Amino acid sequence: MFNKTEVLETIDMIEREHLDIRTITMGISLLPCIRENAEKTARAVYDTVCAKARDIVKVAEQLSGEYGIPIVNKRVSVTPVSLICAAFPQDAEKIGFALDKAAKELGIDFLGGYSALVQKGTADYEKIFLESIPAVLAQTERVCSSVNVASSKSGINMDAVAQMGRIVKSAAERTADRDGLGCAKLVVFANAVEDNPFMAGAFHGTGESGTVINVGVSGPGVVKHALENVPDANLNDCAEVIKRTAFKITRAGQLIAKEAAKRLNAEFGIVDLSLAPTPVMGDSVAHILEELGLEVVGTHGTTAALAMLNDAVKKGGVMASSHVGGLSGAFIPVSEDIGMIQAAEKGALQIDKLEAMTAVCSVGLDMIAIPGDTPAETISAIIADEAAIGMINNKTTAVRVIPVPGKTVGDTVEFGGLLGHAPILPVHTASSMKFVRRGGRIPAPIHSNKN
Amino acid sequence: MRAIMTVTGKDNKGIIAKVSTFLAEKGANVEEVSQTILGDCFAMIMLVDMSDAREELSSVAKQCEELGNRIGMSIRLQHEAIFNAMHNV
Repeated sequence: MFNKTEVLETIDMIEREHLDIRTITMGISLLPCIRENAEKTARAVYDTVCAKARDIVKVAEQLSGEYGIPIVNKRVSVTPVSLICAAFPQDAEKIGFALDKAAKELGIDFLGGYSALVQKGTADYEKIFLESIPAVLAQTERVCSSVNVASSKSGINMDAVAQMGRIVKSAAERTADRDGLGCAKLVVFANAVEDNPFMAGAFHGTGESGTVINVGVSGPGVVKHALENVPDANLNDCAEVIKRTAFKITRAGQLIAKEAAKRLNAEFGIVDLSLAPTPVMGDSVAHILEELGLEVVGTHGTTAALAMLNDAVKKGGVMASSHVGGLSGAFIPVSEDIGMIQAAEKGALQIDKLEAMTAVCSVGLDMIAIPGDTPAETISAIIADEAAIGMINNKTTAVRVIPVPGKTVGDTVEFGGLLGHAPILPVHTASSMKFVRRGGRIPAPIHSNKN
Repeated sequence: MRAIMTVTGKDNKGIIAKVSTFLAEKGANVEEVSQTILGDCFAMIMLVDMSDAREELSSVAKQCEELGNRIGMSIRLQHEAIFNAMHNV
């Protein structure tokens, strides 16, 4: 027996409303690849990634064919590379190049994990590793990097924050010919999660099993369409509609995740129940907020609408999956969301409002193009502000800003593909230099002492 | 294993004949059919048993899409689990 309405609803979601599995990400532990030098380690890393993820593209295509639901991205995340090359950090680049080669061999678009976790302090080998990031991002195509500089338990490592401001600048300068594209592959986190399937911030945590499948679902278009059917509903009812829709989307993700894990001989990790937009019309988180009644995203009321959306997505999704994880919530990457791009172009969406929005959604300041002459200390201060929001609110926050070389407010930047395009947003010009240069560590908040 | 076939598009002569011939050739058995015509829009849903099918579901699904293109309809064949997962607790 089948229910005709339900069958046609699913078809509509897929065909007209862009329901898809946004990513199947295989997490792979690289700890068994550590050898006595960088060359041997790099070879073991390449062999391991290629062997474990050999069938990821094939299996994703099979599943997509059988279940009739698009699987947009196939990706791999690995153990933070700073740990793999702790004994030879000056040669860390070799591991990055091996990972890029493996990603190309597998036919996947991104591989995450050129990462370090330095929330409480930066070891000497990590300082050297961090300095290798800009070169690796410039010389590789598919490797993504992330650095965790703060946590609710440890506070904010302001020395690392200062260093990351310089590294973001350097990553932009080394890819100046591509409008600073290197920065689109670099995320600075607070409270980074170990099982995030989404790029650029995915890495495979040390607490994870050897090989894990994490799946990210998405469907901003489906949620918007569901809300279009209740134009005069009050916000209680809107939240209910979002919950119900999120449940259905997540159930599709859970089904695919379990099946993918089985076929790829990996453990099923988590479903990340996120609303991840793309620059395509009809796939925008901003347009959901506008459907709720805002003339343009960024105006007053945006934070409240986003808070409701984010919470309803979680509530609907949690019951639909046996293990929910990753970032789970609404994403607000400016250049990757057509509604955000439009709002930024109108001047309605500013970086201060985006910062407020990150206090209530699942991520942070994401894919924001800023003037190329923004000082490193200002970028560090932006990172510190985001980290403070994450630390105090026990949530993940992140900064992925692109100081576009040679461009300033009034210019636009085109990254292409899923990374989209965006106008350059202004940042505050008053200096944060002295604050950032003080260094040290901002202590963890009192409410982190729960033992 | 069972799959659900949906055929949607502008109503036309011989749609059911073409689709059922195709399924019979593939060794698929139609268990249930529901069909409606709204104006000139045709929508048919079939529950199909694929246990004796001679090809993989993903391959038959691809051929369905191609058949749809040939006869000017949208034809999808999907594992029934996706519908059960999304609509049943």
